[in-house]
Amino acid sequence: MQQPPNSSRRQFLGLAGGAAVLGALPVVIVRPAEATPAMLASAIQNVTGGATVRTGKVKLDIPPLVENGNTVPMTVSVAHPMAPEDHVRSIHVFNEKNPQPNIANFHLGPHNGRAQVSARIRLADSQKIVAIAKLSDGSFWSASVDVVVTLAACTEEVI
Amino acid sequence: MASAMINVPAKARRGDIIEIKTLMSHIMEPGYRHKASGEVVPRDIITSFTCRFNGNEIFRADLFPAVAANPFITFFTTATESGKFEFEWIGDKGFSETASASISVE
Amino acid sequence: MRFSGAIAAALLTASIVGAAEIPQTDRRSGYSFMAPDTRVMQDDDTANPGMLWVLDGEALWKRKAGAAEKACADCHGDARVGMMGVAARYPAFDRATGRPVDLEQRINSCRTSQQQATPLPFESRELLALTAFVARQSQGVPIETGADPQLAPFIAKGRELYTQRQGQLNLACANCHDDNWDKRLAGAAITQAHPTGYPLYRLEWQSLGSLQRRLRACITGIRAQAYDYGAPELVELELYLMSRAKGMAMEAPGVRP
Repeated sequence: MQQPPNSSRRQFLGLAGGAAVLGALPVVIVRPAEATPAMLASAIQNVTGGATVRTGKVKLDIPPLVENGNTVPMTVSVAHPMAPEDHVRSIHVFNEKNPQPNIANFHLGPHNGRAQVSARIRLADSQKIVAIAKLSDGSFWSASVDVVVTLAACTEEVI
Repeated sequence: MASAMINVPAKARRGDIIEIKTLMSHIMEPGYRHKASGEVVPRDIITSFTCRFNGNEIFRADLFPAVAANPFITFFTTATESGKFEFEWIGDKGFSETASASISVE
Repeated sequence: MRFSGAIAAALLTASIVGAAEIPQTDRRSGYSFMAPDTRVMQDDDTANPGMLWVLDGEALWKRKAGAAEKACADCHGDARVGMMGVAARYPAFDRATGRPVDLEQRINSCRTSQQQATPLPFESRELLALTAFVARQSQGVPIETGADPQLAPFIAKGRELYTQRQGQLNLACANCHDDNWDKRLAGAAITQAHPTGYPLYRLEWQSLGSLQRRLRACITGIRAQAYDYGAPELVELELYLMSRAKGMAMEAPGVRP
């Protein structure tokens, strides 16, 4: 793997991560400022441009009770054809309480055959996740899921 | 060192919808964690993942800090002809990795 | 803090330490305590993040290292054959030191004595990759650690460490893992602490890590002073835990919350 230009920075972070485990350079997780419902609404607005968003077609598969907020499996799918003249153009996933409202955007086309994407995401707290699909006819469809996030018992607060 | 794991079926029939699974090693440092000294650990994430088939883009993802470390992304595509998938991950600090996989379609 | 409240409750209900070893028929891997989605992450080789380290390890296995310019493969051949079942009997007795050594220490002693290379730091990507690759070659193999009679005094020491109360919370490993497994602590399941999946990808770490890392985190978690990496106490604990899991199948690299 080629060395990226700022490799010394990455090495430092890698060492810091490793040293954190050894207790030399502790990394603490401080709760940063949370996103607000207004930020979520405005992030959605950036995608939809204010157009009506209808509920339906989109299915968000996330375990309702998450084992660890650091890695949450998520599958988002849209029940809609993927034909050249009628297909899903993109899927946008948002959250309510992470520091930032965006999670990911997925850009698709008719050749995908099926509008279904899986990824692993991070959730900082119990919150609502929203997925919005944009169709080739310019319409928007959405689904949302409420997820409960608990923390692992022996949380690694390195001292 | 191997950084990526790609799973693409080696063979498919024309018209089959196949699933492509990708896994890339990357810390995906969100940029919100603090050291005890108070310093923020700077953001270091993959921002974009693209897949091309025989040169044409078939899938693209914009990633944000809310994507977990060692990003696992799966998507579907229709098998139309034999050829080569090319995968590219681009991110902060000039991060750039590629991988490829071939498929034979009959 | 919510955590110590739950611990206090566990303390009150805990039976005498050491009196409640888990019966053979009740033994369950940590895998069985996980949610279905996390289990799928472990089962699917194409989705298991631990496999990234296994792939790295496969490459390192063949790479020449040290002043001797030797690769692991030069002596051990194809790992699929040469390393089959090895991890399932570690920690093992090391004649040179007269003590048990774990897989990480064995890899490093090979590096220094056979390859004339510097030892790899604990929890470094390279050491984790090699350990994961070697452990992977024992997938499905029943654990047989501790069969060697020379290990008996060290297993006894490990058992002592496992059952002794320690730290600010005055807790022994056994209080949770022998006496209160399958109950929940701060939302997470308490497992029986069988190291069948190590080294494993822990979602909390967002990285692969060793059993020693997990032990240190647990010991810190009960507010006791964690032993340093490579400390004899950690190896004795590893040895005890693996011998306690005798007969259970290896599942490295595991995935755990």
